[in-house]
Amino acid sequence: MTLSAIDWAIMLVYLVFVLGIGVVVKRHTRSSEDFFLAGRALPAWVCGLAFISANLGAQEVIGMAASGAKYGIATSHFYWVGAIPAMVFVGVFMMPFYYGSRARSVPEYLRLRFDEKTRALNAVSFAVMTVFSSGVSMYAMAKLLQTLKLLDSPLAALGLPAAWAFHLSILASACIVLAYTFLGGLTSAIYNEVLQFFLIVAGFLPLVLLGLADVGGWSGLKARLPDGFAHSWQGMGSASTNPMGVEWFGMVMGLGFVLSFGYWCTDFLVVQRAMAAHSISAARRTPLIAALPKMVFPFLVILPGLLAVALPAPSAPPTLQAGDSASARVQSGIVPPKLDESGRPVVDKNGKVQLDYDLAIPQMLLHYLPPGLLGLGLTALLASFMSGMAGNVTAFNTVWTYDIYQSYIRPQASDEHYLWMGRMATVFGIGLSVLAAYVATRFNNIMDMLQLVFAFVNAPVFATFLLGMFWKRATGHGAFTGLVAGTLAAALHHGLTLPSGAEAGVKGGWLGMLESYPSEMAQNFWTAILAWSVCFAVTIVVSLITAPRAESELVGLVYSLTQRPAEDDLPWFERPAPLGGIVLALTLMLNVVFW
Amino acid sequence: MGLDIRLPIGLMFGVLGAMLVAYGLVADPAIYQRSLGLNVNLGWGLALLAFGGAMFHFGRRAGKAPTT
Repeated sequence: MTLSAIDWAIMLVYLVFVLGIGVVVKRHTRSSEDFFLAGRALPAWVCGLAFISANLGAQEVIGMAASGAKYGIATSHFYWVGAIPAMVFVGVFMMPFYYGSRARSVPEYLRLRFDEKTRALNAVSFAVMTVFSSGVSMYAMAKLLQTLKLLDSPLAALGLPAAWAFHLSILASACIVLAYTFLGGLTSAIYNEVLQFFLIVAGFLPLVLLGLADVGGWSGLKARLPDGFAHSWQGMGSASTNPMGVEWFGMVMGLGFVLSFGYWCTDFLVVQRAMAAHSISAARRTPLIAALPKMVFPFLVILPGLLAVALPAPSAPPTLQAGDSASARVQSGIVPPKLDESGRPVVDKNGKVQLDYDLAIPQMLLHYLPPGLLGLGLTALLASFMSGMAGNVTAFNTVWTYDIYQSYIRPQASDEHYLWMGRMATVFGIGLSVLAAYVATRFNNIMDMLQLVFAFVNAPVFATFLLGMFWKRATGHGAFTGLVAGTLAAALHHGLTLPSGAEAGVKGGWLGMLESYPSEMAQNFWTAILAWSVCFAVTIVVSLITAPRAESELVGLVYSLTQRPAEDDLPWFERPAPLGGIVLALTLMLNVVFW
Repeated sequence: MGLDIRLPIGLMFGVLGAMLVAYGLVADPAIYQRSLGLNVNLGWGLALLAFGGAMFHFGRRAGKAPTT
């Protein structure tokens, strides 16, 4: 694909603004609190938009469209079940403790509430995870640019081989993110996330509108979709009657409760955005404000995937010479088949052609957008990659500096020293991410395995926070043992089960074979449910046999011992509870409409 | 907090909108075959220009108001 001058010019304008914001914000970054917590001075709407943007990385934009093309509207469960309720919960119930305790990070809250070892466990696993996720984000972006051959013509103009596209994308994205987070820290990252939020809307909305006009509106789209793609809940009664291969209970408990609350309520990457707000009520409003656009995001990121499969395939669908039967064919639309290294379509063991769903969004951009808007769409895509990375980097440098460096390596240093350390952490955090991106290219399995380990570590976490915030009897020993037990339970469950059709190994079953799940998603959800339950039970049992902390030490950290924040002076639309109610009612409506 | 984020957002979308409008006025209409024959550059450029202008306006107004 070759871009026109106007497309490059649009990208350039975006870059100038991204770096310009970093330079301007740097002048106001004087203390470590400015750098790591944006001086706790931002208005709620800014934090709210950054709250969803930080999560709107590559995996989200590319992945949700891919999932839309693969599973249909049911993908909206990741929003309407798997995000909104948790966002309301963290705003209404949990934010008073995060913000009110003056903890500077989520691991620091764990130290205040429980003890040093629980914090250390959370801080170290989180720091490792963020570095690898930003590496994966960088890798995905470089891979995509390579597949689209976006950089081939500029590289050719410079006399460089096309194979350099990969290195150039990694280097460029690393340098840009490094520049603006190094200069302005969290403020700069948050500002750029807000910019990116609007850019994503500006870049993708014309795509969705053109696509819908082309297929004849919503009813035209429904008529062209494969069976079951136009409903989110119909067919969820049993795993065999919906494209995702998971039944409603596993979906609601695994995705809607354990995984969603574990991410939105405890992941410092998002919670940090709310902690940057100027007041406790602004911090509580942050996730609620974020929930409003989050609710309609499926129309922006899932719909292009649906449109991509609904469109007529450009040429005859890829078929195979031998063993080609009706069941082997998948409705592909404009989604191209996955190609192996020799350029032949990849086929699964039933002879079905595997589609490269990750290309659904890029294909749609190319299909509908003329030069000009195409540049805007691609810039939006690049912006999403970079803000996903920057989100990880800012969360990493904070946890590294406050929870690891200041706590275990060099306590009692001056504030300037920690500010300097934060900037250094930004440099080596990004350096490690680049390393991780290259590890991913060489050893694909290592990345899969690491992500699996992270999933085991993350699955039980919400049980610890729930008990910590709402049960004053929970103890540090209880929390720590519960976390370890939950992680082990997750690993054990994964080792003993396998999704149907998969081979034992990284997909599960490496210890034996106890149970087979209809899909990988069902296996993941049940792994999470089990890990959460084990952590919950073990934390309670161990807490009851260990000594409780004095109640006076837990004021401001536990629900029953903390005064409710006063909100009588706020108009109703700035109070968390009514806002949360409205958000939930609207979400319920969307679920009913797309039933 | 120093910088009001609405100012750079307003400026950036203003510039991007103006670029799209200008390009939409001069570019060969044949490129709009992809976009169902519509001059989307012109239309969407105007929309972005309006959005950028509004953002910039509110950012400036807030900056001028006496700080409490």
